[in-house]
Amino acid sequence: MQLKPYARTLAIALSLAFVAGCSSTGGGQDGDSTGGTGGTGGTDGGGVSTGTADGRGINGDRDGREGQRATTDDRIPQTRTIYFEYDSDAIRSEFEPVLTAHARFLRANPSASVVLQGHTDERGTREYNLALGERRADAVESYLNVQGVSPSQVEVVSYGEERPAARGQNEQAYAQNRRVVFAY
Amino acid sequence: MNVLKTTWLAATLLLFTSLAQAADLTIEITRGSDRATPIAIVPFADGDDLPQDIAQIVSDDLERSGYFEPLERRAMFDRPASREEVRFGEWGALDVRYLVVGRVSREDDGYRIGYELMDVSGERRMLGETVTTGRSELRDAAHYISDQIFEAITDIRGAFSTRIAYVTSSGIGPDTQYALHVADADGRNSQQILSSDEPIMSPAWSPDGGKLAYVSFETERPAIYIQDLASGRRVRATSFEGLNSAPTWSPDGRRLAMALSKDGQPEIYVMDIGARDVRRVTNNSSIDTEPAWSPDGRSLLFTSDRSGGPQIYRLDLDSGEEERLTFTGNYNARARFAPDGEAIFLIHRGNNGFQVARQDLESGRLVALTEAGHAESPSVAPNGTMVIFATRQAGNGVLGGISADGRASFRLPAAQGDVREPAWSPFLN
Repeated sequence: MQLKPYARTLAIALSLAFVAGCSSTGGGQDGDSTGGTGGTGGTDGGGVSTGTADGRGINGDRDGREGQRATTDDRIPQTRTIYFEYDSDAIRSEFEPVLTAHARFLRANPSASVVLQGHTDERGTREYNLALGERRADAVESYLNVQGVSPSQVEVVSYGEERPAARGQNEQAYAQNRRVVFAY
Repeated sequence: MNVLKTTWLAATLLLFTSLAQAADLTIEITRGSDRATPIAIVPFADGDDLPQDIAQIVSDDLERSGYFEPLERRAMFDRPASREEVRFGEWGALDVRYLVVGRVSREDDGYRIGYELMDVSGERRMLGETVTTGRSELRDAAHYISDQIFEAITDIRGAFSTRIAYVTSSGIGPDTQYALHVADADGRNSQQILSSDEPIMSPAWSPDGGKLAYVSFETERPAIYIQDLASGRRVRATSFEGLNSAPTWSPDGRRLAMALSKDGQPEIYVMDIGARDVRRVTNNSSIDTEPAWSPDGRSLLFTSDRSGGPQIYRLDLDSGEEERLTFTGNYNARARFAPDGEAIFLIHRGNNGFQVARQDLESGRLVALTEAGHAESPSVAPNGTMVIFATRQAGNGVLGGISADGRASFRLPAAQGDVREPAWSPFLN
């Protein structure tokens, strides 16, 4: 028995309307990281958020047509996952260009909004990790705000250790799981 | 403010009626206590063709507690069914201190089970009772018998007729499925009470055992729900902006403590369930989460990283005074009180990982109960004798149990997928 089918249908309908209305696109799940330490590739579809698959499809088409890096202000930057050190919410310098690109996009598109999904690795207690995931996403939000992004465009949701991108009890998996995902 | 939306969620009834019979967890005793008392539970007479082996269930219950070491059946030279048939001297020669015998007879719509507990050296009957039970309640009857035997010998109320709630997940990435289950304390008779493709967290029992509070991300935001187990009806208790996490019930059942981040970083709040308002009870710039009520309802344990790393603090709800309790090591989190309020159980990070630990509140001494590893989410049996927790076995999430003195342990692995976040129910009878 599922909670979601009704909600999913509704959300897909809404998101399609949204996509049509303001050309916001989906994606932003763990699997579609294209940079950083994870490098898990972007082939797996679906995701946490309903409507993602539809949005990503549209996004993919556009990418195919335009075939260029997401440096223009009217496209959502392609890299939507950044990674963190253990027990840290500090933005690593290598990811500052990623945040800057998202900030520029959001400034240029005031009607666009993003959910910053904070994640941790599995070590430690779940509820404390939920708080740590929020702290990471908050750090990204602050960075965006300093760069002039309106707080009304940004929402933070922490998943703690509940939605790992990679399985396993090793540093490689842990490194892929300590992340913040930009979900548009 | 959308505290306690009273609209019962329509989907819930549908959800509950589908009560999937999930795969049960199976007990594996991993270590018996070296101080366990030898006991023999003789197979019950005329019980051979029953759907459940009552004596075996009782034996497993008593062994799992760490208090008893049941005699193997193949060592039993005799199968008495009543006190008159017991040859005490010969059982004494096997170093058996207590002996349980019984017999089963069919009734019209169920069974009649008679059992007796004997003190072998005193050649004395300590307990004798006849229980009648419905056809499908043989396991319940066996757990009841375990409770009576346990209390007669230890003077501690048995907790074998209790239940556990736990969360399962299967799959990885976007296809992960999450579910909330309730099962007997031995992992059997599991029922799925909620499933979702978004995370489910932090199940917590109401003190009357009738409801569970939990966190569900089904709206793609965390929210706290309260679900009635008998009817399946539920209500969303909180869905503030930010974290809605870690609900725990006050001993009187009228309040929920929780961690919310609606005012910035996570803080502890207390919600009056009837009046539907939340009151903030901590206030600082660090993370405060994982509240737990003291048995007298007057104070809360919580985890805070105000000192740099997570440590356990106690908040007096009347005075507002806060006191740091843990000083051993640099990671102590998610504490729960022992039912007598004299000790706390928590997750402690040692040199090689996370382990369940007990800290005596009088002395402040912290003792690790489990091997270092991936322990999480300790939950204490209502009689204080055991702690159930989540850990890993061959990479999979499993439940583990440890006696409060750390001497005996067991595992409750699932057939597939990960199991975690066990919550031990209160006494239910």
